Amino acid sequence: MESFAGALTVFVLAVFIGFEVINKVPPLLHTPLMSGSNAISGITVIGAMLSVATPDPLSTALGFVAIVLATINVVGGFLVTHRMLGMFKKKD
Amino acid sequence: MINGALINLFYLASSVLFIVGLKGLSHPRTAVRGNLLGAIGMLLAVIATFLHRDPLGNGPLQAIGLILAAVLVGSVLGALLALRIQMTAMPQMVALLNGFGGGASVLVAGAALLDVRAPSIHFMVATGLSGLIGAVTFWGSLVAFDKLQEFLLPGKPIHFPAQQIVNVAVGLASLAMIYWMVVGDGDTAVLAYWILVFLASIGGILLTIPIGGADMPVAIALLNSYSGLAGAATGFVLDNEVLIITGSLVGASGIILSQIMCKAMNRSLANVLMGNISEASAGPSADDVYAGRVKNASAEDIAMVLDGAQRVVIVPGYGLAVSQAQHAVRDLVNLLESRGTEVDFAIHPVAGRMPGHMNVLLAEADIAYDKLKEMDEINPSLQQADVAIVIGANDVVNPLARTDPTSPIAGMPILDVDKARTVVVIKRSLSPGFAGIPNPLFAADNTLMYFADGKKAIVDLIAAIKAN
Repeated sequence: MESFAGALTVFVLAVFIGFEVINKVPPLLHTPLMSGSNAISGITVIGAMLSVATPDPLSTALGFVAIVLATINVVGGFLVTHRMLGMFKKKD
Repeated sequence: MINGALINLFYLASSVLFIVGLKGLSHPRTAVRGNLLGAIGMLLAVIATFLHRDPLGNGPLQAIGLILAAVLVGSVLGALLALRIQMTAMPQMVALLNGFGGGASVLVAGAALLDVRAPSIHFMVATGLSGLIGAVTFWGSLVAFDKLQEFLLPGKPIHFPAQQIVNVAVGLASLAMIYWMVVGDGDTAVLAYWILVFLASIGGILLTIPIGGADMPVAIALLNSYSGLAGAATGFVLDNEVLIITGSLVGASGIILSQIMCKAMNRSLANVLMGNISEASAGPSADDVYAGRVKNASAEDIAMVLDGAQRVVIVPGYGLAVSQAQHAVRDLVNLLESRGTEVDFAIHPVAGRMPGHMNVLLAEADIAYDKLKEMDEINPSLQQADVAIVIGANDVVNPLARTDPTSPIAGMPILDVDKARTVVVIKRSLSPGFAGIPNPLFAADNTLMYFADGKKAIVDLIAAIKAN
């Protein structure tokens, strides 16, 4: 139970940080914000890696598919965000 | 090799990089670096997990091979998607990515349930929530993708009898499954979990089909938030703090964006989610508004109006994206500026099909971002504009929002283009926007209607200006 309370503390504090940080993102960059936040939500990939390494074959299979999905998020998300942000230029 | 204590420090570093990276998105100047910092954080987390001695480092070689194979497949698919997607289709791409995030959470929680020994109550609840939110996100996002692509389902809201009752029933049944997971033994819990995922899948579809095309910015932002929350729930399942932190950051981001979108439409989130745009029975009919008052203009007429204009404001809408007119618009801007005209863009928060969609399209066409003005910034100066050119936008420039309290869009903040000296509206027809009501702007004394496809209209206009 102790670890649960700790995890909950982390969750609540992170939500507050999220509100503070995201509120400063201008509407100009809301689309890159969404694709970029998609990319970091692909962090589930590390959970999926651990599932693959377990002895149960079904769990391994689920983990495998989860890695594929999460990696699409990570690579697709960061790359498309980079592509988009490269387009934003100031008047020369 | 990395041990248990050390890996948490790596995860902490990743979390910090994610937060600093998102902070970088507060300005276009720092945004590219912010995104790279986020990517470095991700790489760090993945490598650290890979080198983790227990369970991976001493694990079977086969697992290492499988992980590498899966990462390779995902990377190739992700890179192809990211490099090939057109900027106009960005809402579809983000919808898909939201869905994959949700799907990954469902699978990871499902795998954790198979591997767990002596689960606690909060483990079961977190697993159930992961499956529930993840499956809703996955299927909801697929429906959103489909609606945006106009592939199988129409963009219009879909309603059926007793819709809310069915939704509530599915919701209650899902909660019952979580309860069953908590009280049941191992095999029962696994069965309950997959029934829960099935129910939540139906729920995800049911929750998204009533949402209409122009409300998609809200739906996508909300699904973005769900995908984060599903990830956070998975973090509770695995007792992994970097997942919890990242999930809550993304969850907060999606919530903020959906709030901004709802505010920009003056509607509540519940109203958007139920697809309840009110019927336009009260207002004047299209014939009353338009009959005999609409002035049809040609490219030559508009070229004449633009001749000698000091200040022009362009209002882009979804129609600009549909007709891929952004590059033609850039050429028009360059031409006007070369003749000494000052040109700005007025961007409504819900223009397009996702938050910030218009900005990306115009940036793609090499239009400097300091020309892209937010609604609150540009509204006070619109009366000093000589010409306002509206391209494929409708409800967001409808003055009824200000003047008619019975209108379905009453109170919605709009761009006050009607205050410009002359308004040019480029539109294919007088057909109503998503709100289904006529727009008195089109019949105003100072408005010229230029009926054409957005891109063709701009190209013809450029030719007419050059010939003038």
